[in-house]
Amino acid sequence: MASFFDALFLQAGYNAALVALGAALLGFAAGSGGSFLFLRKRALVSDAVAHATLPGVGLAFIAMVSFGGDGRSLIGLLLGSAATAWAGLLAVEWMVRRTRLSEDAAIGAVLSVFFGIGVVLLTVIQGMDRGRQAGLEDFLLGSTAGMLFQDAVLIACGGALVVAAIWLLRRPMTLVAFDPAFAAARGVNVRRVDLAMMGLVMAVTVIGLKLVGLILIVAMLIIPPVTARFWSERAETVVWVAGVLGAVSGWVGAALSASAPAMPTGPIIVLVAAALFAASLLFAPARGVAATILARRGFQARVHRRQGLLALSRAEPIHDPLTKRILTREGLMRPDGVATEEGRAAAAKVARDEHRWSIARRMHQDTALTGRYDGLTPIEQVFTPDEIAMFDLQIPRARGV
Amino acid sequence: MPKLSLVSDAPALDPASPLAVRGLTVSYGDKPALFSLDACFPAGAMSAIVGPNGAGKSTLLKAALGLIPRVSGEISVFGQAVDQARDLIAYVPQRASVDWDFPTTAIDVVLMGLYGKLGLWQRISGAQKTLALSCLDRVGMADFADRQIGQLSGGQQQRIFLARALAQDADLYLLDEPFAGVDAATEAAIIDVLKSLKAEGRSVIAVHHDLGTVPDYFDHVFLVNLRRIAEGPVDEVFTPAILSETYGGRLAATQIDRLVGLGA
Repeated sequence: MASFFDALFLQAGYNAALVALGAALLGFAAGSGGSFLFLRKRALVSDAVAHATLPGVGLAFIAMVSFGGDGRSLIGLLLGSAATAWAGLLAVEWMVRRTRLSEDAAIGAVLSVFFGIGVVLLTVIQGMDRGRQAGLEDFLLGSTAGMLFQDAVLIACGGALVVAAIWLLRRPMTLVAFDPAFAAARGVNVRRVDLAMMGLVMAVTVIGLKLVGLILIVAMLIIPPVTARFWSERAETVVWVAGVLGAVSGWVGAALSASAPAMPTGPIIVLVAAALFAASLLFAPARGVAATILARRGFQARVHRRQGLLALSRAEPIHDPLTKRILTREGLMRPDGVATEEGRAAAAKVARDEHRWSIARRMHQDTALTGRYDGLTPIEQVFTPDEIAMFDLQIPRARGV
Repeated sequence: MPKLSLVSDAPALDPASPLAVRGLTVSYGDKPALFSLDACFPAGAMSAIVGPNGAGKSTLLKAALGLIPRVSGEISVFGQAVDQARDLIAYVPQRASVDWDFPTTAIDVVLMGLYGKLGLWQRISGAQKTLALSCLDRVGMADFADRQIGQLSGGQQQRIFLARALAQDADLYLLDEPFAGVDAATEAAIIDVLKSLKAEGRSVIAVHHDLGTVPDYFDHVFLVNLRRIAEGPVDEVFTPAILSETYGGRLAATQIDRLVGLGA
């Protein structure tokens, strides 16, 4: 436990601190960049992009070795992965635009073909007698062992550039994600904005290869935005909350993995993000599961109460057990089904409310007002007292009295 | 009777017209949706695009805006190419075209109308928020500014989209079926706003599906069914003969008489 807190506060050594900072920055870039993809409903494109990085890693290694190096320059490997990732992205985009294939089919095809090529290349590389090929497969699941200062700087600079680009493009990307037809009519080049969106995701994937690996980077792009959506109804807030959630997952995940021997960093980061997601899914206000169940229960109770009171006002017998339970619990009805004094008063009020609403619907054509008639909203919340007095003039009995 | 010809013999595009089209052909696959269409909408008027389902009404708007590729044809907006005239145009797409669970509030949607003026760097100022609120107020939705758009009724959603177009402060308003699936009160509110736009000298062109209200709402009507059938002031062109030509057998003679009778 103590070692976890040491790692959390960067006290667990130089390498652990570098990893924690790098993971947090990567998490922020991935969360905010992935948000637009999520809002555009194209989250799985990131999976194709991630798998398409693998052949690039192999090709870059072979190229560097054939020029006499040992093939282990991180920048070189990442540039190679970016090149094939971009090719994979263009392949998906081209198939969707030029053929009748749907996007999911195109993603499936590109993902598996590029990954297959990558695995073949890595196998070929294992048989080469030049270069230091050991550890290339770490790009699949990420590895933090032997993370260098310049690797951390690379992640930090890359992440900062991505976040700056997200900030700059936030409005065109939001517009295209929400309403592409309107964006195009405004003169926004939808295809170019889409490619920019994908390009940002590709950049995140590439700089995350070392730390999280190409298989799990998708989780860092998708889980934080989905989590953030539980907490906000505004796109811009979703983007930055997703960034913060990604950063927290990265930091805490790195600390957790540093606190015990042989804990893999990338998977732990993903598990932390998933825990935040699960907590939000269950407990977020308004959109969470618990809130939804409570709201439905409350709504059901209000409906039964209202129906029960209407039945009382018409002196009809009540058969529904839930209605009976609610009315007796609130002291509106005796267990034998007879209305109490309060029950009769409440029933009379509900009956009058219904009557007023029916008159309101006749008098007011404005549905912004009458549209709020749902059988539950008290009329006092929608109309002013003098308007209600007008309705009462129309109630025959009230006029007769 | 309008003459049908495959090669356009219309005169050069009128630079005063908010939207003029010559020889426009659009196709989905190898099936034309519009064929060699000419149109010239008048400035400062309210114009309806009318025709049966699948006649190419929405396609005409989309092609004019460059949203779908065209096979042939010229388009001018106030005498300019569409790409040069984007800031003069406000477009209200069909309501069904967006995801209503998108995390955005009514005021956010209206502010999207100002993105063109904001550029990339600028933050949204208080004055722009006030402007967006006043646009919401104009469509009677100021009280709903902070609602997530999925929580609004269909009519209210349509009003929000109209408010976004108002925020654009355009000279030409293009609306795709603005009254489809909205309640009577919203229809009245929208038509009030459109009439006030016309009173300010702006041009309004709407795809319209309810023939009964054409004479009440519009000055100019463009009847289309793959080709242009007729175009002109409502009282000249909205006649039984032209309507039955536009709709073929899909409109009974009694229906047409009643519709045109309403306008007389």
